[in-house]
Amino acid sequence: MRYFLLIFGVLVVLVVLIAGRRGDLTRNRPLQIFPDMKRQLKLRPQTANSFFVSGLSSQLPPPGTIARSEPLNVGGQAVYPFEDLPVNTGRNPGTTNFVELNPLPVTAQLLERGQQRYGIYCTPCHGATGEGKGITQKIGAMAVVANLHDKRIVELPDGDLFNTISHGKNLMGAYAPQIALEDRWAVVAYLRALQLSRLGAVDDLSPEVRATLK
Amino acid sequence: MSAIFPKWTNRLPVMIIIGGALTASAVTAGVWYYFTPKYARVGYQPIQPVSFSHATHVNQLGMDCRYCHDKVEQSWFSNIPAASTCMNCHNQVLKDDPRLELVRESAATGKPIPWVQIHRVPDFVYFNHAVHVNRGISCVECHGPIDKMEEVYHAKPLSMTFCLDCHRDPASKLRPLDKITDLNWTWSDDPNVAAQTQRAKGKEMMDHWRVESLENCSACHR
Repeated sequence: MRYFLLIFGVLVVLVVLIAGRRGDLTRNRPLQIFPDMKRQLKLRPQTANSFFVSGLSSQLPPPGTIARSEPLNVGGQAVYPFEDLPVNTGRNPGTTNFVELNPLPVTAQLLERGQQRYGIYCTPCHGATGEGKGITQKIGAMAVVANLHDKRIVELPDGDLFNTISHGKNLMGAYAPQIALEDRWAVVAYLRALQLSRLGAVDDLSPEVRATLK
Repeated sequence: MSAIFPKWTNRLPVMIIIGGALTASAVTAGVWYYFTPKYARVGYQPIQPVSFSHATHVNQLGMDCRYCHDKVEQSWFSNIPAASTCMNCHNQVLKDDPRLELVRESAATGKPIPWVQIHRVPDFVYFNHAVHVNRGISCVECHGPIDKMEEVYHAKPLSMTFCLDCHRDPASKLRPLDKITDLNWTWSDDPNVAAQTQRAKGKEMMDHWRVESLENCSACHR
C-alpha cells in the first residue's frame, strides 16, 4: 500500500507540474482532445490555402470586376457604385472638376455618423478638433499633419475632401478600403461642421438659441 | 493447516477499495480540470510574425479597434487589417524599423503576413461578429482585455457553455453602442451600482433592440 500511495502521489505531482494550471500562458497550440468535426476542409477568410496559386483563401476580384452591390439611396435615387456620379467619384460627371457640395442630404443622422467615423479614422492624426494635433503628432512621429481649419482646406470643394479621404494625399494613405463610401461623405459633412465651429459668428444663430447663451 | 494466504491479504479488499477510489477520483478530477477549453485554450499565446502590441496602439495611443478591424460591423468575420492599413501610419512612424520588415514587404508585394490565429471556434459554429457588436456586445466579452495585452493571448474559454451563459441572459452583457470598443467602460466605478444599472439598462436595451435570447441549436450550428 505504501508503494501504491507513493507512486500515486508522484504521478499526481508530475501531472500537475507538467500540465500546469488553467489559464497559464503557453506557446503551444491548443490540444484537440476530441477532434470531432471541429476542423473542416472548407475555405475560411484570410487563411492559407494551397488551392489557389497565391496561397490565400480570400481572393481579390479580377481587375475590372464591378460589384453587384445594393444601390445607395441618394435623395430617393438609386445609385450603383460603378456609375459616374458625384457620389461615387466626388467629381462632376464627365469632367475632372470636383463637385462643390456633398451629394448626400446632410441630416443630423449623417453628421452623427460622420462624427463617429471621424473619431475612429481621422483623430489619430488630425486630432478630435481637426487641428492636426492628434496622437501621432504628440509622440512626434509624424512630420506634417494638415490642420483642417486652414483657409486652404476650408475653401476646398466637398468633392476634393472626399477625393482626399478616398485616395489619400501626399503622405496620407487612402481610406477608401477602410471607410465605406457613404461614411466618407458623412465625414466630409462632419468636417464642415467642425470648420464651421471655428468660423461661425454669434449672428448666425437663431434668436432663440442666442438667448440661451450667456 | 498451513496458511495458503499470508496474513496481509486480509487487508487486500480494503486496499483495493481505497486504491480504486483514489485512482477514480484522481482521473475524474483530472478530466474535469484539464479536458475543457478553460484549460486547453485559455492562455494560448503563440509567437506572432510581427511583434504587434495592442497595448501600445490601443491603451497608449488611444486608437479605436475599428481603425484596423474595420469590417467588424459589416461582416461575420472580424478582419485582420491589410498591410496598407498599417502603412497609413508606418510609412512615417518607425519607417525603417526591422520589426516592421514583414509589414513593409507585404504592403509592397501583397505577400500576406502569416499571423497565427488565436481565437477560433469550431468550423461548425457560425459566430457572427457584426450582429454582436451592432447589438451591444463589446469586444471584451469574448476577447478579454486585448487593449492591455502586449502579446495577444486567448483570455476566455469560448466553449459552448461560455456562449450559452450569455445567450441565456443577454441583459447581463449588453452595453450602449458607443461603448462597444471602449473595453474598460463600466456603468459606474462602484461594482454594486454597475451591476444594478446593468440589470435595469440591459433589460431596457434588450427590449429596445429586440435582442433575442437564442438558445436553439440552429442559432449557431447550421
